[in-house]
Amino acid sequence: MKLTTPLTNETVEKLHAGDRVEITGTIYVGRDAAHKRLVEALGRGEELPMDMTGQIIYYMGPSPTKPGNVIGSAGPTTSGRMDKFAPRLMEIGLKGMIGKGLRAQPVKDAMKKYKAVYFAATGGAAALIAQRIKKAKVIAYEELGAEALQKLEVEDFPVIVVNDMYGGDAYAEGKKQYARK
Amino acid sequence: MREIQASQITETVARLAIEANHFLGEDVVAALNKARAIEESPQGKDVLDQLLKNVEIAKQGAFPLCQDTGLAVVVVELGQEVHLVGGNLNEAIHAGVRKGYTDGYLRKSMVGQPFSQRVNTRDNTPATIHTDVVPGDKVKIIVMPKGGGCENMSALGMLKPADGRQGVLDFVTNVIDKAGSNPCPPTIVGVGIGGSADQAMWLAKKSLLRPVGQPNPEEEYAALERDLLERINNLGIGPMGLGGRITSLAAHVLVTPCHIASMPVGVNVQCHSARYKEAVL
Repeated sequence: MKLTTPLTNETVEKLHAGDRVEITGTIYVGRDAAHKRLVEALGRGEELPMDMTGQIIYYMGPSPTKPGNVIGSAGPTTSGRMDKFAPRLMEIGLKGMIGKGLRAQPVKDAMKKYKAVYFAATGGAAALIAQRIKKAKVIAYEELGAEALQKLEVEDFPVIVVNDMYGGDAYAEGKKQYARK
Repeated sequence: MREIQASQITETVARLAIEANHFLGEDVVAALNKARAIEESPQGKDVLDQLLKNVEIAKQGAFPLCQDTGLAVVVVELGQEVHLVGGNLNEAIHAGVRKGYTDGYLRKSMVGQPFSQRVNTRDNTPATIHTDVVPGDKVKIIVMPKGGGCENMSALGMLKPADGRQGVLDFVTNVIDKAGSNPCPPTIVGVGIGGSADQAMWLAKKSLLRPVGQPNPEEEYAALERDLLERINNLGIGPMGLGGRITSLAAHVLVTPCHIASMPVGVNVQCHSARYKEAVL
């Protein structure tokens, strides 16, 4: 299935755990330190460097860009470290998260409540994934280096739906199917 | 005494850091190909195909294998007949990491203080250095960039002696089960048994420096590795946790004597981007 950003409730409603999706359009990049700053800024009632409505955040910290390239290697980081911050961002309109690894129950609950989706990209396929990124720009927190907030333009960016808004979980379902006693 | 310049250490560490991040070992590539042939799950096959393609792109030099180019673990075997001149060993290694990570466009992933300030050191130093003094007049250097995602799944179990072999199997399998998709499976599971708490953890990591799937030379431990791998792969976690036959490519075990009261079991998880390169000066 092909998707373009930003995402709407109607799009999120169509997505189910295990679906393969290719995303085209703008996505944002932020990991640990950027999440902490975003949520702290919300706590102080400050305006964020981006409008969160309908957006996707990719949990990623790229390697430095070599001359002539758009970005360095750019695979997903472990999402669980953003669990503490993700529900607050969904509350203000975040519709999608891309990362890898398990999410905590409060995050899955918030996905149901606010209609959001969690996608996985292939961890460690970072050089391959970088080929789908057409533009990259740091938009805030530049001093954080690899952890700065970035805006990307992506084309047919390959992900798989792990957690949908109905409680579906591709990790749990896949494991159940292949487990042996 | 044979003299070696500290600058040679620096240059070697820098070169190895860049090479390790671009050229996956042939043993790992062979293990991924074997996994691709065995894997039954369509998602798992697709993931393994992507990883093999990724290896080819990284080889060309413009993009490292993974954006997480690691904490620089540097393992040194220093011949006792070597006289290092023009600097000290640890500083020469840190300088090598600084140079390799800067010149090679590798990610700087270290923060100077872990629990509050967390300010990036901007050159990926300090390295984590393990030095052993050995007979001879050579210096062997291994640079092992270790990703944060898999390192975070490490665990130490101070098991009871009565827990025995079954206790080891249960503990390690449980660690990998709980880790699920987090450490980027298919993984290599390093296990250190015995010693003190710190020794067990170090052996777990050191076991990852053996070619993937090469069994422990002692049959009892090789059998434990086979049983561990079978238990782990029966979990069904699969490549990237999406379900499948191959959760781990190998389990490596190292064993050392321990106290009558103890049975420490260290687990160090290595993602499929199992990177290290070595050189002998």
